[in-house]
Amino acid sequence: MSIEGIVKEFAAVAESPREQLKKYKAEGKKCIGVMPYYAPEELVSAAGMMPFGLWGSNNKTISQAKEYCATFYCTIAQLDLEMLLDGTLDLLDGVITPTICDTLRPMSQNIRVAMSEKLPCIFLAHPQNRRPAYGKKFCLDQYTHIKIELEKISGAPITDEALREAIKVYNRSRAARREFVKLASDHCDVITAVMRSAVLKAAWFMPKAEHAEKLEALNAELKALPASDWKGVKVVTSGIICDNPKLLEIFEENKVAIAADDVAHESRAFRVDASETGDPMEALAQQFADQDYDVLLYDESSSENRRGEHVVRLVKESGAKGLVLFMQQFCDPEEMEYPSLKKALDEAGIPHIKLGVDQQMRDFGQARTAIQAFADVLSL
Amino acid sequence: MAENEKNAAAAPEAAAPEAAPVKKAPKPASPGTQALRDVVSKVYAAAWEAKEAGRPVGWSSSKFPCEIAEALGLAVVYPENQAAGIGAQHDGQRMCEAAESLGYDPDICGYARISLAYSAGVETTNESRRVPMPDFVLCCNNICNCMTKWYENIARMHNIPLIMIDVPYNNEVTVSDSQVAYIRGQFDDAIRQMEKIAGTKFDEKKFEQACANANRTAKAWLKVCDYLQYKPSPMSGFDLFNHMADVVTARGKVETAEAFELLATELEEHVKNGTTTAPFPEKYRIMFEGIPCWPNLKTLFKPLKANGVNVTAVVYAPAFGFVYDGLDDMARAYCKAPNSVCIEQGVDWREGICRDNKVDGVLVHYNRSCKPWSGYMAEMQRRFTKDLGVPCAGFDGDQADPRNFNEAQYETRVQGLVEAMEENMKQKEARA
Repeated sequence: MSIEGIVKEFAAVAESPREQLKKYKAEGKKCIGVMPYYAPEELVSAAGMMPFGLWGSNNKTISQAKEYCATFYCTIAQLDLEMLLDGTLDLLDGVITPTICDTLRPMSQNIRVAMSEKLPCIFLAHPQNRRPAYGKKFCLDQYTHIKIELEKISGAPITDEALREAIKVYNRSRAARREFVKLASDHCDVITAVMRSAVLKAAWFMPKAEHAEKLEALNAELKALPASDWKGVKVVTSGIICDNPKLLEIFEENKVAIAADDVAHESRAFRVDASETGDPMEALAQQFADQDYDVLLYDESSSENRRGEHVVRLVKESGAKGLVLFMQQFCDPEEMEYPSLKKALDEAGIPHIKLGVDQQMRDFGQARTAIQAFADVLSL
Repeated sequence: MAENEKNAAAAPEAAAPEAAPVKKAPKPASPGTQALRDVVSKVYAAAWEAKEAGRPVGWSSSKFPCEIAEALGLAVVYPENQAAGIGAQHDGQRMCEAAESLGYDPDICGYARISLAYSAGVETTNESRRVPMPDFVLCCNNICNCMTKWYENIARMHNIPLIMIDVPYNNEVTVSDSQVAYIRGQFDDAIRQMEKIAGTKFDEKKFEQACANANRTAKAWLKVCDYLQYKPSPMSGFDLFNHMADVVTARGKVETAEAFELLATELEEHVKNGTTTAPFPEKYRIMFEGIPCWPNLKTLFKPLKANGVNVTAVVYAPAFGFVYDGLDDMARAYCKAPNSVCIEQGVDWREGICRDNKVDGVLVHYNRSCKPWSGYMAEMQRRFTKDLGVPCAGFDGDQADPRNFNEAQYETRVQGLVEAMEENMKQKEARA
């Protein structure tokens, strides 16, 4: 299939997650909603169920969720609750609610209360002190709880063999996505910012084996292309999520390509693999312990600016000239780490812009002006 | 006169009286209240003394197990208490804006912004809340995750060690063995790290004494809080907000326990005599939900006083009553902070004190600075009304940034609550 054809298929999935949900339900599969961040999706897959990413929506307005939540909360969490309340996600068979930020903590309670008669809610509290033995043990205990709850929903035990197989599939998917990110930069004349986003977003709503297979085919096509002669500029994107096609079109209009990303919805979610050998539950706990350079996670070397320096390295190694930060409104972790990120970028002489975003934004006039001006600066 | 009214223009948390720019001379404090103020002043003074003597000074989150630093003789101050005092002295907005100019978003917790500005070298006009710069930081995120990043930022600014105790959010009323084991492991690591900072070995006997003091303080604090059950109450619940400074900054000190015990004897006397320190006759009794808006204490108090509304329940009563026996039990106790417990536990605490303290209504502060606290209050309000049959009213505010508080909205909401309580009362009388 042509590059265009494959990307079109990914875009169709990314644009209509609900259709995907209907499709898998029609096939007789149970579907589990997975909220951000770092939930062990491999367990859902190993249980023979379909994990379904819940990252808000670009097409919904918060209405019923107001019954539970004041306005000063991240719209991803609010819109997830909205879709659970308004019936959009009625086909789900369960939902996993991680609690790694101050919005997700109370939201886990609101969702459990609101869904008490509708849907099982599986609670997850990750350890921040995740690397010492006691941290890994706690993570293992949490994941064991999730495993048990998922088994109740699926009605069958999750075997070690099935979990090991799921880990292999997920590692393959992560590797394909990492390779795609590189190829999308190498061939940014072909893979626009909108297309790049659609390909990566689709992974949240497809079985990973299917997504990986399609993506590997796309990667092969991209590898076969002649080297690109990109005349525009390249940037690294950073933030929680930047999946709005209307916003990303502004990148294309201004010949701004994405060289790499430090985005929770994208690369932060597939940077780290799990071991394919040994105890598979321990492998998942170790995978979480290995997560790093994330605003949501505690940094044992907090007196250093490791995350800021990591992003600087990402910009330099990817050949980007600057960074665009999508600042998710009301996201404390992103907001708290901004001054340190800015410091690292400034010290490295890397220009950046910060765009305030939330998923209820429909008018990107300000972003357009900022991106235009930034593209001009970077082209000098 | 109640503590709150006297201190409304000054520091709420038992600041040194001479530092408060009060317009009129305050009435002398009772011996118990004065003793509580002195305890907090001493905590700040001890930090300066340590710094001058070349000993390390720590900054600690309010619900980090203070017993460890106490056993090691480490001087520690508490940024949350500092930020509340700065906010109450009307220097919060300036400090918040200073943090914003450093790149911190205005949507970040006001305490964090004030503290980060101070950490970056911005001096406060509240002299009683000035502290030496830290040599180490102690963070326990049982209150919020924001705390983790807040303390990481301080550690980065000063290139100093951060001792982190992570208390994961709990979805159950009970604390699991898994959670206890995780926190115990962290306690043991924290002790080793803090031994290095203190340059001394951890002394079990001193630790036991600190724990005994902390337990005694907690029990005395709970006893003081329990006096709000009397009708009329011998004090205004707003006074507890002032006394919180002591449970935050000096739980592990014997002087704190003694000061609360002294205050308890004074309250006992008031009960016997049928007197109260509340500055108005009590007509209605309410629970005040959330952290007060420190910059607006006077404004908060005004319509309550005008309508005879006494605050007789605050969730801080159970929230700081850490009573435990041994390290594992201590780990369990520190899991029970207001923002680290599930909604059922949170409702149970609140409804318990509402029943015991016989409230007629609930006033809920939707605190722009506190996402974990405010995040499930709407559901809690529904439960209070359903389970207790009392009206609830909510208002928007902020614990430290006055730009997020609207006086007119607050007054309207209090008025609405008073009318609903009046109606309830009439109906009760009609039924009687």
